[in-house]
Amino acid sequence: MIRTPLRPLARILDARRKGENPDAIERENMHRRHEEMRGRARVQAEGRLLILGATFLMVFVLVGGRMALIAGSEPSEPRASAAGASIRAQRADILDRRGRILATNMETYSLYAQPPQMIDPGHAADRLAAIFPDLEREALIEKFTGKRKFLWIKRKISPEQRQAVHDIGDPGLLFGPREMRLYPNGALASHVLGGARFGREGVHAAEVVGVAGVEKKLDSMMRDPARGGEPVRLSLDLTVQAAVERVLAGGMTLMNAKGASAVVMDVQTGELVSIASLPDFDPNDRPGVSGGADSPLFNRAVQGVYELGSTFKIFAVAQAMDLGLITPESMIDTKGPLKWGKFLIRDFHDYGAEMTTSEVIVKSSNIGAARIAQQIGVERQQAFLRDLGLLDPVPLEIIEAGGSQPLLPHRWSELSAMTISYGHGLSVSPLHLATAYSIIANGGRQVRPTLLPHQGGPGGKRVMSRETSAAARRMLRRVVTDGTASFGEVSGYAVGGKTGTADKPDPQGGYYEDKTITTFASMFPADKPQYVLVVMLDEPVETTGPEPRRTAGWTAVPVAAEIIRRIAPLLGVRPEIEPAPLADITLTSSN
Amino acid sequence: MRGVIYVLTTLAVIGLAFWAYHENYKTQLAIKQSETLQRQIGQARARLAVLRGEWAYLNRPDRLRELAELNYDRLGLLPLAPEQFGKVDQVPYPSQKALRLPVGQPVDVMATEDRP
Repeated sequence: MIRTPLRPLARILDARRKGENPDAIERENMHRRHEEMRGRARVQAEGRLLILGATFLMVFVLVGGRMALIAGSEPSEPRASAAGASIRAQRADILDRRGRILATNMETYSLYAQPPQMIDPGHAADRLAAIFPDLEREALIEKFTGKRKFLWIKRKISPEQRQAVHDIGDPGLLFGPREMRLYPNGALASHVLGGARFGREGVHAAEVVGVAGVEKKLDSMMRDPARGGEPVRLSLDLTVQAAVERVLAGGMTLMNAKGASAVVMDVQTGELVSIASLPDFDPNDRPGVSGGADSPLFNRAVQGVYELGSTFKIFAVAQAMDLGLITPESMIDTKGPLKWGKFLIRDFHDYGAEMTTSEVIVKSSNIGAARIAQQIGVERQQAFLRDLGLLDPVPLEIIEAGGSQPLLPHRWSELSAMTISYGHGLSVSPLHLATAYSIIANGGRQVRPTLLPHQGGPGGKRVMSRETSAAARRMLRRVVTDGTASFGEVSGYAVGGKTGTADKPDPQGGYYEDKTITTFASMFPADKPQYVLVVMLDEPVETTGPEPRRTAGWTAVPVAAEIIRRIAPLLGVRPEIEPAPLADITLTSSN
Repeated sequence: MRGVIYVLTTLAVIGLAFWAYHENYKTQLAIKQSETLQRQIGQARARLAVLRGEWAYLNRPDRLRELAELNYDRLGLLPLAPEQFGKVDQVPYPSQKALRLPVGQPVDVMATEDRP
């Protein structure tokens, strides 16, 4: 670049000759040069700004255009993606602990009508009434010819029915795809599964929402797309559940009971292998809500809180042994009747002036248990029962578990403590009882009843010492070998347990004379228990004898024994076998 | 020289255009195939779900029990009972000695002989 000199010699000389200041020329040139430089810089800056502006404009136009495109276009599946886009059911299956299906989904169709598009409403109504016997022709015609533009005819139809409706050929009859919940085992484990219904319904799809049981409690989990349709596995065992329900139903019929329930719990983990309540229902066709405690929907094993009678005695005895107040051989005063204020405590038979602690359990003495409770005191009894989980609702994964709040006495007086020691004045569910017996059975550690496998586990808070638990188990074993539960003996399995017979409270006050709740809380094998079984019968009567028998020993115990005989081999509990006589001599040849 | 370059460039453009169209059609075909496959997979899954449900329905304990009872004459199935369990040492094994000997004749083997 040729720069203009600041002091051009010609002009300087010229200026000098004229007597002007030559510096002015330099200044002038300097000024001109600066002007020039400024002009260049400005052009450059303007150019940069322009480029920047253009870039921003382009980016904004791009973003805006893309937004408009996304907003304006129909959403579509990514078609070309290589990853296998899996088509999943909207609701996860429910499996039992060995992977057998308890609940699954089926594709089906719903039938709806758009009357304005119908050609011959009368003919369509005729044919529909023939296909679906529960529809009435007149009602259909009225709906089809009315003002309605849209109506549902059937929520779920079978493929055959769909074909038949298709054959009517009316353009106003339309089908919408549906996914329905199917419980292939029918009424089995119905109270656990609960049931499902359609939630928000559209023409193309409908939500399936749980209405009860695990379906409702784990609803969000089962519908969570993030789980990718992975099935929910329960701790129930289908085979065991079927055997329990079968035997229980048979026992309920034989004992003329109006209801029954059974709970089988793993004592170490609190997993429920089976939980049954009769009468039951078919979750595929769930009946409407009605009838309160006598409705088949009512889950006696969880929602039903009952005074469970003498089964509670072992808690008082175990606590007193744990506190060091008594030993299994201590003599307990059982002279009756025991008078407390206006209240009399009696025994079923008179057991004499005193007996050992073991015998209090074996013979089931109310007076003995009340005396022991007196020694323990109200505060300590409450704390212990709370540790056993008997004062709070059970934390089970079904929605009904919230309704299992035990009924406590209004004022926990010393008399309450005495009556609670033999199971009156405190109402709990059979599941509560099973949990508490599991604690005795597993060596004294708290367990949490659960329906999901591998959730709980040993290592809960210690409630009683290992020795106390062992001593209590020995007493429970003696109840079966030479006590009130003699029908509970099952060959091969040392069953231990405690019977409980409680008169039902009359809503008008007092107790019924001829209505009882009988319970048998048992564990097997008694020396190293693996499972706890609680069987409860509601208003049983055993009528084979000369007079009706209503005690647990005659009603609940034989049923429980049969259940154990059936389920113990299924659960893989090894029976203790007396060696059979060996085959004497076998003739063999090596070739 | 320049003419040759023009001709070559034009040919190259034609060739590339042909290649691009070709790839485009191949891609569309692949997408169509994958869609067909996805649909088939979906149908297979739906069928699988139905078959699983049907299997579970046919194997429901109530039905199996009824079938076992109906066919008791032929199958003789009974519920599993504790008496059916045995111990390993109740099974009479042939003794080791007898196995090692090259015997041609039938021999007496005492089951109790080598019981552990």
